[in-house]
Parts: sequence; structure tokens; C-alpha cells
Amino acid sequence: MADVRFHAIRKTFGKVTAVDDVDLEVADGDFVVLLGPSGCGKTTLLRCLAGLEKVDGGRVLIGGRDATNLPPRRRRIAMVFQSYAVFPHLKLFDNIAFGLRMQKEPKTVIRERVDFAAKLLHIEDLLDRYPSQISGGQRQRVAVARAIATKADVLLMDEPLSNLDALLRMEMRAELKALLRQLGTTTIYVTHDQVEALSMGDRIAVMNAGRIVQLDSPLAVYDYPADTFVGGFVGTPPMNFLAADISRNGAVPLVNLSGGSFPLDDPEVGRLAGRRLVLGIRAEAIVVEPAAGEGLIEATVIVVEPLGSHNLLTVKTGDDLLKVSTPPHLFPEPDSLIWLRLEPGRIRWMDSESGRAIPLADPAAAPVPG
Amino acid sequence: MNPPRSAVAGLGRVFVYGSAALLSLFILIPIYLMTLAAFSSNEDTYAYPKELLPRGLSTETMRFFINFGGVLDALQRSVIVAVITLVLALVIGTPAGYALARFAFRGGDTLRLSVVGTRAFPIVILSIPLAVIFIRWGVDDTVLGVSIAHTALALPFVVLTTASVFAGVSPELEEAAMTLGCSRATAFVKVALPLALPGLAASAIFVFIVSWNEVFAASLLTLRHRTLPAEVLALLEGAPPNFRFAGGFFLMAPSVIVILLIRRYLFSMWGRVLK
Repeated sequence: MADVRFHAIRKTFGKVTAVDDVDLEVADGDFVVLLGPSGCGKTTLLRCLAGLEKVDGGRVLIGGRDATNLPPRRRRIAMVFQSYAVFPHLKLFDNIAFGLRMQKEPKTVIRERVDFAAKLLHIEDLLDRYPSQISGGQRQRVAVARAIATKADVLLMDEPLSNLDALLRMEMRAELKALLRQLGTTTIYVTHDQVEALSMGDRIAVMNAGRIVQLDSPLAVYDYPADTFVGGFVGTPPMNFLAADISRNGAVPLVNLSGGSFPLDDPEVGRLAGRRLVLGIRAEAIVVEPAAGEGLIEATVIVVEPLGSHNLLTVKTGDDLLKVSTPPHLFPEPDSLIWLRLEPGRIRWMDSESGRAIPLADPAAAPVPG
Repeated sequence: MNPPRSAVAGLGRVFVYGSAALLSLFILIPIYLMTLAAFSSNEDTYAYPKELLPRGLSTETMRFFINFGGVLDALQRSVIVAVITLVLALVIGTPAGYALARFAFRGGDTLRLSVVGTRAFPIVILSIPLAVIFIRWGVDDTVLGVSIAHTALALPFVVLTTASVFAGVSPELEEAAMTLGCSRATAFVKVALPLALPGLAASAIFVFIVSWNEVFAASLLTLRHRTLPAEVLALLEGAPPNFRFAGGFFLMAPSVIVILLIRRYLFSMWGRVLK
């Protein structure tokens, strides 16, 4: 068990800066997900922690120890690789026992720990097979078993589920989450799959272009994205973004979109008057009304995608395309007119220039503590 | 079961086995004829039409050949030279191949090219300087001298084949070993090396055969301590054909044995099938 701290980590490859001045603290027993598109530096950051890459600047502390210049074997970490990296020339038992043998554990201890890890991952009947004789999903289990068998202080996972098919991935996601909770090991988990990040992590560090742009709980990342990048990357469908500005002619501030205006009774919002803004709103925070009314925005239905649990509409209002999620019984005709109500409490404001979120004192929903 | 499909599969199998049989015959018939001649008496060798089945096998020719002059000594020297060459070439060439496969370093491509480039110079034009250098070093006419020359001949091949062998071993496997307690060196020994073994075995076979068959450098660098091919070449120039066949058989047999011994490393590994 150990906490992990990164101080101003930099890593460059030639002229490309892969990790740019990253600070991150992971508490003992915490499960942090590094989430970002490919090439954002998340895997490089993980490899810096593992000691597989030498950092060009900054320090790595594991359990309070400065590990910046330690080789991987002295960092008390274990890693699960995207390709699983199961040794093809060793039987499963010897694969799982590899780290324990390197630590010169006595035979009885090795036997016991391999059995323990194999049982946790339900591969105890396969231990005398070679990796070529088992399925991809089972190989993935071997990789996890091998990593947890050594009882390392920190568990590193580099896209461990991305090579599994969709159904198996969903199954393994829940299983892995339960398993890691049971073990209580500090875990840093890299993925580009935002569903995985939302569903598994205690906290999510969203990365873009070598930097951590937001570090929050999954719900905070979903509901309060730090900028338009995070809002557009996290969630299916991504957050809707509309060009907007605010005028105050009467007592109530008026939100002007390209497709219409609606009043928003919030003095905080009134203070944004005159700025060029981006309004961000999730698909499920938009209510579809069948007729025109006070505070509604007119829109044209473009596409209706029935998804079983709900329907996903693509609608057009003014110059903007929006994704709107509706209950499954609502089937508006394509090209028909509908009216949208944007839930006031779930509207987020970003600066149009920088894309950064503009924090407002929000009496309805205080930010979830991260 | 679908009869037409199985018929097609059956035809395919006939074709595969037929081709394999033809190929095998192409290689085995000359070997068979040579072996036959090596173990026939002089008259039978000259007999016409040729008998394809052995008749009155005799080890007379073979025995005469083996007991002649320094043949056995030359055989011993050849084995020693081939083994030294094999060890030297693999010990020097494998790390070079590994480095080429794993690390991007300045001049890597140049090195790769120059490795091949060494084979661009025919050994004939190098023969005089080579002989002079070896005499100066005092390794002319010795087993060690021939081994060094053979190592130089075999090295480019070893470097390039081992480079491609190691390129086929995922670096993530070694990294996994390093996170599990290995240093770079132990990760190489425990993971990369065993996985590269089939490729290294193929490389070893090739080195052995290069050295075993090499006659030019061996003839050039030795006088009284010749290796087998050099000795056979010198001895049999004016000898009757059956002695030549005996010499040929004698040259061939050991390399066949070596291939048979190393062969199992090439194919049957880690439950991955294949006989």
C-alpha cells in the first residue's frame, strides 16, 4: 500500500512533448483513471511511474520514497499491459509465479499466492496450460493475476480491457472493479474509453495534449466539465455546445442562441451579460415539448435513433445541431418541429475564446467534492 | 458434413503431400546415389546400367578413405573449427542483433548496411592481406585462425537473422519482466532469450554449415592442419570417382546429424504444436 505523487513531470520524445509539467497525487488505496484520447500522454505518464521511461524533469514519489531514478523492479509496482504481455514460453502457473520467484519467496508461499490470485480470477483450472492454449479473455485474466500475486504497493493498468470484445469488456469491467475494491491496492488505470473511466474510477484525471485538464470524481467530470474538450470527450453522446450571449433588458437575464432566446432567472448568469459564451448542456438535460410555450426553443428534428432504453434525437436549432435524449415512447417525425426546454440547473457556461468553464455560485447543485 | 467441400480439401491435401514428396525426392535422390556409390566397390560404381538398389554393399572404399592420410585428423579439426565458429559468431552476433532490434541509436541504419556490406567484398581479394595478417598474429595454419575467418564470414548473417528474431519478440514482454523484478539483463535471459531460441537455433545451424563447407579460407590459411573440406579437396583431386563419393558422403553426414539435433528446437516449443 502506498500513495503516489507526481511533481512537475515532463517527458519529451525528440521535439514532441508527451507529458507536459504534470502534477498528480493519488492517495493510498485510491483508484485513479487517466483518461484521454490517443496521443494525449496518458500511457507515457503511466510508464514514467513504472520506470519504463526516464522522465526529463520532475519527480516521482511512491509511498513517500523518491523513485524518480529507481529501475522498475525497485519501485514495488505491478503492471498490466494492453497486450497482456503474458510470457508465451511459461505455463500459467509459472507466469503468475514469475514475480514471486524473482523475489525469492519460498515455494509454499508461491504456491499459496498463485492459487489465491488464480482463484480470484477464476483461472485455477488452467494453471498447467501454456498461454497459446487459452483464449484472449483468459490471457487477460492471467495478466491481472500475475500483477496482483506479487502484492505490489501500486497497481498500474494500461488499457487492460481494450483488446476484449464488447460483451466481455463489460463483464470484466464490473469484475475488475469489485476485485480492486476487495484488494484495496492503490491503482492507476489508463484508458481512452470514457465509459470505463466513468464506471470504474474513484477519480478521473482527464488528459489532453500532455496535461491533466481536470481531476475530479466521475460525476463531477460528467456534470461539470472543466472545458469544452472534457465535455466533448466524456459522455455518450458528448455534451452539446451552443454559441450564446446574455442580454439584460428586463429584470430576468435573457439567453440568446442562434435558434431563439429564453429567460434564465439567475442573477449569477446576469453577470455574464455582454460576453461571448458557449452554453454546454447534456442530451438528457433537454426536455422535448410538443407545442410552443414560454421559455422554449424551436427546433427541427433531423434524425431519430431508437436505442431501446431511450431515443436519441439529432435536432437543429438556428445554426446549431443538438443531441437530445428522449423517453423511448416519444417518436417525433423527421423534419417535424419540436420545442426544447433546457433545464436551468444543468446548463454550463464556458468562455467562447478559451473554452474554459466559467464557475458560477450554483445554489441548486454544489460541485461534487473531488 | 459437406461432401464437395471435403473433396476439395482432400484434393488440396493430395497436392500438398505430392509437392512435398517431389521436393523431398529432388533432395534425397542425389544423396542416396552418393551414399550408394560411397559404399559400393569400385566395379559397381563403374557398372552400367546403374543398379538403383544396393548390391554387394562394401565399406571398403569408405574404410580406405577414412584411414587415408590425415582424414580423421581433418575431421576432428573441422568439428572443432565449426564449434568455435558457432560459439564466437553467436556470442558476438546475438547482442549486436538484439541491439539493432531493440534500440534506435545514431548510426543504427549505417551499421545494418555495413554489416551486409562486408559480404560485398569477395574473400578472394582479401586473401593476401588476410594471410599476411594471420601470419603476423601467428594464427596461420591453426584451428583458431580458421575459426576467426569463418566467424567473420558468418557474422553478418547472424547479426541480421538474430535482429529479426528479436524484433519478433514483443518488447512489452521484457518490460513486464522488468516490472516483476528483473533487471534489463535478467529480463533478456529469462524472457527474450528463450523466446528467440528457435531463431537462434536456425542461425546456429547456418553458422555450423557455413564453417563446415567453407573451403577457400580454410585452404588459404592452412597448410599442414587442414579442415576436412580443404583436406578432401587436396586429396581427391586425382582420385577415382568412388573415393570422391566417399569424400562427399563424409562431408555431408555430420551436417545432417547437426540439423537433426537442432531441429527440435526449431519446431516443437511450448505446446505450440508442430512436429
